[in-house]
Formats: sequence, C-alpha cells, structure tokens
Amino acid sequence: MTMELGNFSPEERAAQEERLRKVWETPKGIRYWTSVNNSEIGLWYGVTAFAFMLFAGLLGLLMRLQLAVPENDFISAELFNQAFTLHGTVMMFLFAVPIFEAVAIFLLPSMLGARELPFPRLSAFGFWSFLIGGVFVCGSIFFNAAPNAGWFMYPPLATDDEYAGIGADIWLLGLSFIEVASIAAAVEIIVGIMKCRAPGMRINLMPMFAWYLLIVAGMILFAFPPLIAGDILFEMERMFDWPFFDATRGGDPLLWQHLFWIFGHPEVYIIFLPAIALMAMIVPTFSQRPIVGYSWIVLAAVGTGFLSFGLWVHHMFTTGLPQISLAFFSAASEAVAIPTGVQIFVFIATMLAGRVIFSVPMLFGAGGLIIFVIGGLTGVMVALVPFDWQAHDTYFIVAHLHYVLIGGMLFPVVAGIYYYFPFVTGKKLSDAWGRTAFWLMFVGFNVTFFPMHFSGLRGMPRRVFTYPEDIGWDWFNLISSIGAFVFAAGVATFVIDIFRPKQQPAWRDLNPWNSGTLEWTNDPAESWGMRSVPIITSRYPLWDQPNLQADIEAGRFYLPDAKSGKRETLVTSVLDAKPIQCLRVGGVSYVTIIAAIALGGVFIALTFKLWITTIVFAIITFIAIIHWLWNGTAPIPEVPEIDVGLGETLPIYVSGPASVGWWAMFITMVGDGTAFASLIFGYFFYWTIHDDFTTIANGPGVLWPVAALVLYVIAWVLTLLARELNEKGPRGARLALTAALAVSIAASFAGLAGPYLHEMDPTSHVYPAIVWIVAIWTVTHGIVGAIMQGYCLARSITGRMTAEYDQDIRNVALYWHFMAFTAVVTFAVLGLFPLVST
Amino acid sequence: MDDDRLTGAGRPIRSGRDGISDSYRPAIRATTFILLLSPPLASCSGVQSALDPAGHEARDVANLFFVMLIGGVAIWAGVVGLLFHAARKRKPYSEKGAGWVILWGGAVFPTATLAALLSYAVWLMPNIRPWFGEDAGVGRVEVTGEQFWWRVRYLDEGGAVAFETANEVRVPIGEPVVFLLNSPDVIHSFWIPVLGGKMDMIPGRENRLTLQAEKPGTYRGVCAEFCGTSHALMAFTVHAMEPEAYKAWVAARRKASGGQDQEGLALFLRHGCAACHAISGTEAKGTIGPDLTAFGERGSVGAGALPNGQEHIARFIRDPGQVKPEARMPHFSMLEEAEIDRIAAYLKGLR
Repeated sequence: MTMELGNFSPEERAAQEERLRKVWETPKGIRYWTSVNNSEIGLWYGVTAFAFMLFAGLLGLLMRLQLAVPENDFISAELFNQAFTLHGTVMMFLFAVPIFEAVAIFLLPSMLGARELPFPRLSAFGFWSFLIGGVFVCGSIFFNAAPNAGWFMYPPLATDDEYAGIGADIWLLGLSFIEVASIAAAVEIIVGIMKCRAPGMRINLMPMFAWYLLIVAGMILFAFPPLIAGDILFEMERMFDWPFFDATRGGDPLLWQHLFWIFGHPEVYIIFLPAIALMAMIVPTFSQRPIVGYSWIVLAAVGTGFLSFGLWVHHMFTTGLPQISLAFFSAASEAVAIPTGVQIFVFIATMLAGRVIFSVPMLFGAGGLIIFVIGGLTGVMVALVPFDWQAHDTYFIVAHLHYVLIGGMLFPVVAGIYYYFPFVTGKKLSDAWGRTAFWLMFVGFNVTFFPMHFSGLRGMPRRVFTYPEDIGWDWFNLISSIGAFVFAAGVATFVIDIFRPKQQPAWRDLNPWNSGTLEWTNDPAESWGMRSVPIITSRYPLWDQPNLQADIEAGRFYLPDAKSGKRETLVTSVLDAKPIQCLRVGGVSYVTIIAAIALGGVFIALTFKLWITTIVFAIITFIAIIHWLWNGTAPIPEVPEIDVGLGETLPIYVSGPASVGWWAMFITMVGDGTAFASLIFGYFFYWTIHDDFTTIANGPGVLWPVAALVLYVIAWVLTLLARELNEKGPRGARLALTAALAVSIAASFAGLAGPYLHEMDPTSHVYPAIVWIVAIWTVTHGIVGAIMQGYCLARSITGRMTAEYDQDIRNVALYWHFMAFTAVVTFAVLGLFPLVST
Repeated sequence: MDDDRLTGAGRPIRSGRDGISDSYRPAIRATTFILLLSPPLASCSGVQSALDPAGHEARDVANLFFVMLIGGVAIWAGVVGLLFHAARKRKPYSEKGAGWVILWGGAVFPTATLAALLSYAVWLMPNIRPWFGEDAGVGRVEVTGEQFWWRVRYLDEGGAVAFETANEVRVPIGEPVVFLLNSPDVIHSFWIPVLGGKMDMIPGRENRLTLQAEKPGTYRGVCAEFCGTSHALMAFTVHAMEPEAYKAWVAARRKASGGQDQEGLALFLRHGCAACHAISGTEAKGTIGPDLTAFGERGSVGAGALPNGQEHIARFIRDPGQVKPEARMPHFSMLEEAEIDRIAAYLKGLR
C-alpha cells in the first residue's frame, strides 16, 4: 500500500490528543463503574476472575487439610462435599473461562489495532452478569447452601431435593446466568476479530492470540448451548417435576451426562487453547524471532477445536455404553493428542531457531510445559478404554486434570501476567519475586499432585471426605497436603508481587521486552488505545515495519482525531481487512449495570421460587434492554460519511452483512440454534430408548403443530417482505410488519395449542415433557421475534428506521431466518414424526 | 510381597491372555524396581490397589499401565531434554531444521506411537470384556447400589434369587462371574480394583460386568461414583475363594439360620429391627436395609464404616448418623445400653 501518511504540527497533535482524551475519558468517582472501555472492563473481569480463583484455591486447601490424615474429622462430610463441588465449579466457570474473556477484552483491540471492540456495552453487561452470578454462587457456601453434588451435577443425586436442596438451583441458575455472559463475550470476540482489525491485517497476518481466541469463541458458541439446554431440562425437573432424568417415568440420567460432557469436554480446550495463545505471543518475543510454523500451529489449533467436540464419551467409559462406540471415542481421544503435540513442538522449534532469553514469563511457560506434558501423557493413558475402567473417578484422574489445567492453563496465565504487566501498568513485576513464586509453585504443585497418580491407582476414589488408614494411601495424602501449602505459598508470593508498591521506571519504555506485535505501541497512561490506527503489512509489525511506533504516536495513520466527539473505531472487511466503515461504539452507561442487575434478579428470584419478584425483575430487564437498544444502537448519524484520515472518507452507518450488528445476530443465532439442536437431540435420545415413545401418552396431534408451522413460515415471509418494501418507503413495510406481528402471535398460540388441547401432562412421562419443552422453546422464540417485529414497526414510525438506514429490519429478518428453521423443525418433529415413527 | 501376585494363581480361561503378561513380565519387574524408590508404594496393603492385581482384567490393565509408564517417562524426558537444549544451545537452528523438529517430533512420532498404543488397547478390550453378546459367566450375582451400601443377591441357574447378603461379595477363583448392576436411587459405581475396572450402576438401566479372580484372598471394593453425603463410606469386602471353599460357603449360606441366641433374636424383633432387616430362618424379613444373615462373618459394619466387632455394632445401632452421615437407618439411642449391647452381641454371633 503506498499512501501519503498524515503530517500534523505539534499544536495540531496536542489538540487532537485533547479531543481523543476527552472522548475516551474514564469517568471519575462513583461513575467510574459506568465505564465500558475495554481496558477497564478487561481489568475488572480479570481481577474478579482471579479473586474467584483464590477463593476456590482456599476451598482446595480446606480439602487437603481434611485429607491430610486418614479418618480425619476436621470438617464435616456436608461441608467437604460442598467444598469440592464449589472448587471445581468456581475454577471452571468463574476462573478458567472468564479469565480469558478478560484477557481477550483487554488485549484484543490493541493487538488488532482497534480503538475498542465493537460492542463495549455488551462486554460491560457480561462483566456485571459474571460478577453478580459469581458472588451468588460462591456466597452460598457461607449459608451452608452451596451446591454439593459435584461440578458435573449428575441426576438423580442432583435432582433429589432432600439431598441437593437449593444448592442445585443456585448452581443451575447462577451458572446459566454466567453462561449468558460467556456467550456475550464470544459474540464480542468473534465480531471484534473478524471486523475490527487494522487495515492491511489480512487474516493470515493476524497475531496467534487472535487466531486462538477466534477458535475458542467459536467453540464457546457450540459448547455452552448444550449445557444451557441441559440446564433448562434440569431446572424444569427440579421446579415442576418434569421427569427428564427420572427413570421411573421414562427419563434417563444419561441424557444429562451426554449434554454435560458435550459441553464439558470442549470446555477443557476452551480453557487450554487461550493459554497456548498467550504462549504463542511470549515464546516468539523471548526467542526474538517470528514463530516457526505459523500455518502448522493455526491448523493444529483449528484441528484441536474440531476434535474436541468428538471426545465427550470418554468421560462416560464406565456407564455401560456399547464397546464399539467406546473404541471409536477412544481413538478420537488419542487423535487429539496429535495437534496438541504439534503446538508444543512449534514452541520448541521457535526456541531452537531463536536466541532464547530466559526471563520470568519464559520460566513459567517452560515450567507449565514440563507439567502439561505429564498431563498430556496421562491423558493418552486414560483415553484407552481398559485403563480408564480402572482410573476413572480415582485420584489418578484428579492428578491428570490438575496436570493438564495447571500446567496447560494456570502457569501460562501467570506467564502472561508477568509478560503483559508492563502493558497494563507501564511497570514490570519483580524478577526476584517472580522466580521465588515460580519455584514455590512448581515444586509445590508437583509435590501435591504427583503422588495422586499412585493413590488413585492404589484404589482411592475421588470425592471422598475421608478414607480408612492402612490401605496404602496415608503417606501419599500427607505428602499431597504438605505440597498444597507450598503451592499456595507460591501463589501468595505472586499475588504480593502484583500488589506490592512498585517504582516508576526511570524512562518511558512502551515495549520493554522488544516484542514484535502491535499492542506494544499503546501507552497505558492513555485510555484511547491506539493513538492512530496503522496500516499493517507484517505479522510482527514492530519488528518489520520501520518507524511504526513513532508514526502511530504522531497520529499519521487512520482516525488520529475525534472531532465528532464520539467514540469511533475502524471496521474492515473480514478476510483482507480493507476499511469499510467508521463505527461509533457505545460510551459510558448505567443501562448495562441496570440490565445486568435486573437479569441477575430474575435468576436469583427464580432460585428462591419468588415468582412475583421474578416477573418484576423480568419486566425491568426487558425495559432496560429495549431502552439500551432504542437509544444506543443503529442511530442515524448526522452526516453519512466521515473523514478517517489519510484522505479517506468512510460511511458511519452500514447495514446487512457489512455491519457488525448483523454478524452479532448471526453468531448469537448459531449458538441459539445449537441449544435448540440439543433439545431435539433429547427428543430423539428418548425415542431411541423407548420402543413406543410417541404412543406412550397423548401426543400433540397433527393439526395444531402443522398450523403453527404454516403460520410461522407466513410470519417469516411477511418479515422478508417488510425488509424489501422498506427500501421503497415506510408505508408498505409498516403494513407488512403489522401483519407479520399478528401472524407471529397467532402462531405462538397455535404452537402451544397442540400439547395443551390434547391434555399432555408433562409430569406424567418424559414424552409429554419433552414435547412441551420443545414447543415452549420455539414459541418463546416466536414471541421474541414478534417483539422484534413490533420494535421495527416502532422504529419506522418514529423515523429511526428509514429506507436508507435499515439495520434494524435487516437484523430482524436474519433472526427470522433462524426462527423459521426452528419452527419448521420443531413442528415437523412434534406433529409429523409420530406419524412415521409408529 | 509374595510372588504369586505376578504369576497369578488362577488358571487362565482363555489362552493367549497369559502370554501377554509373560512377555511383559521383565518390564513389570523393572518398573516395580523403579517404583520401589517410592517407599509407600512398596507396602503390601494393596487390598484395593489396581497395581496389585488378583484378577485377569486387573492384571492386563496393570501390564498396560507399566508399559505406558515406561514409554511415558521416556517421552517426557525427551521433550524436556529438547526444551532445555532449545533454551541453552549456542547457535540458533535454521528455520528448516526447526520445521523438521515440528514435523517429526510433533506430528509423525506421536501419530505412530498413538496408533500402536491404540491398537494394543483396542485389541485388549475384547479380551477383557466382549464386544458383543452375552458373557459366558458361570456364576451370576446381582448387586444393587443403595445410599450407602450394597445389596448382593446370588442367582441360581434359572436366574432366581438363591439368597441375599449385603456389603460383601464372594467369588470363586478361576471362574468368570457376571455381576448384574443396578440402582434404585442415584448413580453408584461398582469397583473392585484388584479384579478389574469399574462399572456404573444407573437407575433405570442394568449394566453387566464380568470379573474373574485369579488369586485367593480378601480384598476391598468401593463405590467410585459420588453418590451423596457418605459416598466415602460405601465399601464392601471381597473374598476370592478356592472353588471348593466357595461351594461349601454357598451351601452353608443356603441353610443359614437365626442362630441359637433366642434372647438376642427376640430383642432384635421386639425393637422393630425386622422392619428393615432380614435374617434367614427367622421372622425378620425386612427388605429396606441390608440383609443381616451371617452378619458375624462380615468384614465390616455399615459398608466399611467400622470394623466388625460387638462394640462397633453397638455404636452403629445407637447412632448410625454419627458414624455415617445421612445413613438411612434411624438412631436407636433411646434403647437401653444393655439392650443395644445384647443385640450387637447377637448380630456378631450370627454365622
């Protein structure tokens, strides 16, 4: 690209900086918490996730104290069972996944050369949801009400009210709430990576971190929805006695295991891959050369992501499934070791081909690798069916999973924190403290977890609050407990190093490690991110593009100014990153907090079965979200195009597939469709275990399901018609929207009429229960679709949606494509499948 | 450690199985030697250890583990060695050389190794548990996992219940025994590490597990799936017996009676114990709790919660929840101490 770079006098630059500073300013005082800027949200997210990790770590120490000696009565069985359930739950849901959402939100804009991710308010909403849900789940243990059925929550134990009590509801509802936040973050990350890269940063020039996060966010989209679907079934059983997992009424506890592990196994890679992503940033820097085998590692990461969805049954090798399917999943589980091996060898090869500087981040990285390889090797062992029959649910697995997760995730995260600390604060962490922390953690970890391999193979099952003496476990457990405290001392050293007051460095050094990637051009003292958005021609622009840092700081690239007084960032095309839009993103706002608190209120009130409160909070949530959308999204700009610098002008408003909103809708609906597919999977799962499934009880008949199907299709066609007519003027569009709205409402009634009029009792058997839940799912989506049609109608009437500015109707039409598909599948299965299945 | 552990006292049913373990015996010795460095491992109390096999499945799996252990240690040492070399070498490798490391170390070597390992394990599977169809098990035992104990029913040739017992499993050595596994309440998992792997007990399903003991002895089995508050206290005793001794035990068990102690039995009945418990040859026919026939022979009280002894039985009767949190049995602390002791003595005396 040959292009005249901007050239500004010092006075002009000072004025630009003043305007940028004002636009991107973080509010002071109490209003600080209304900030939506990625650097604040990312930091809060990270600190919160880390605090949850320390809390879960303390629960781990509590368990190690109890198990230090046989027949101990330091804590009660009840408390122990809550402690291990919460330890696993918090580490997985409140630390391991959110910490990467945090790191991604913090780092991605700077790495990609964007000012901000496309939906900052969505990030803020996600953070507040996460905080509220997390405190709710963790706090329960102080009221002796924590979940206590294990982090996997197997029914019928977890559906047993007498045993699991309110803890199970806290788990289901609290975590569903957090899963919503995770999916929000996934949408944000995918759209950010695809649409907000600096000009010239073609997809094959993206930093490794972006590649990994793109894969991981995609995995979240397919992995979390099955769990959400499972949560819905589970909560319906707990609240209303719908027998999804009750074998006496046709249900099956194994369906939950399938849904849980279809989520649970990809989850491991959702946790592990971003940690590898951090290593993929650190290793090249400390080898002072580009990564060797860029395409190897990208393909390996994609391969790992795909394979991880085909492994879930290896958590169920002992459930009595047919041997032939066990062998298949065993092979798939072994296969995933290959791309993992490739990724590790890419790092080793990069080190071999470079000059290695062994600093603290590398120390943690290498230590993590040494640990992780052991976890990987034991993983290869337990993926073999006969060995797993012995090792499953023993301390061998406890050892294995901690070797994988601590070596593959915690150590790289700590490495990442040491590496990126100067990026966040402008100061380095201490080398001496870092090395002390490393050795304490490394030695402590191995002393804790290595003996567990042997206690496990010597027969010690997991999740036991006590064990008898003299059957060969005493020493192993004592050693493990001692090691746990050494490990904890290492973590404490690290935490102290972070919070210890540090001297301001003698001179301003934005890139203290001499890294090659774009994020190191940012000045942590300023909240605008990139001073100007550069043109990228290399994977390591700071190494390969001369004078880049100075040109960025001199505002010589895109968006050096903020004359409009709005927060602006560049949107580029998906593959080759050509600038296509100057996107205005949301600024500080209370509405995200209010929406999160209200939605949290819905989930918390549901837990305590406070129906009225639930409805009140649901209404507040609805109003907050409509308010947020109405005032915050797709505003008609004061001018159609804007000068973005370098002599280019770009549109402010785009709609359809060019816009970020369209992509967000598309991605959200893919996740939504996955949850729906999981419910349909449930229907057919039950069909396979019953010979007479659809004749066991009353069905919904043929008439009403077919009527609902036809009406939904008509509503879809009318919505598309409205989109087309809108280009010619508002009148026809409004008419079509009104008709669509009426038909959608009629369709919703028709959708429920089948099961209702045929008196299907969902508590009597799993068949009516699954019919009801699938119908309710689709009708709920139909109602949301109707609200969207009404929203477009209102936007059109108030002049906020016109023939030219038609983002709303285009996104709603996209929603209705998915809606029509959902409706056709739903009512064909409910109404027509029984005709062919008997 | 007696050497029978390695040779296997039982006769192999299918040829070939022993051949595998023979060829790996030197490997086992070598690894055992390495593991002796870890003193606790050398202890002989492996009544619940998958590394001290007494059955054919456990032995095959232990061999598999030792093979993998040696391979794993070698691979780990290789990777770590390469990592250190990469960090310390003087002169950087060429990019081509480094790419070669990725290709061979990261892709070709793992693929070949894993393919070999997987073939070995998949070939091992049907040897241990059949791919299709019924097991040709000689004896059949139905085991039901309940919170937090084991109902054990021995079936006769026709599949009818011959007799019932609890928290104790007896098997003849050298013969495959089919366990029919189910649960009326929550998911449990049936696991006798010295004999073989575990199998879940899932409400609404019946799973089958065939195990074959090879070495006589007294072992321990446990529940391996978390099943509630006292999951940790849900164990059972396993007696692997010579076939003749087993037959004699079965015959004796079929004729078991309520014993000579009429006074103890009367107290047992008077205080309502029979509402839940059964004792063969008496009026006690309760089915809610464990069958107590021949209780004196059992290895433990409360499914592994306490050793079997009169004092412990009395303690359990007085307040089961104190020994075993959330045990379903109500406490009987309102009885007089003397009566509790009397009942305990009666139970301990049952043969």
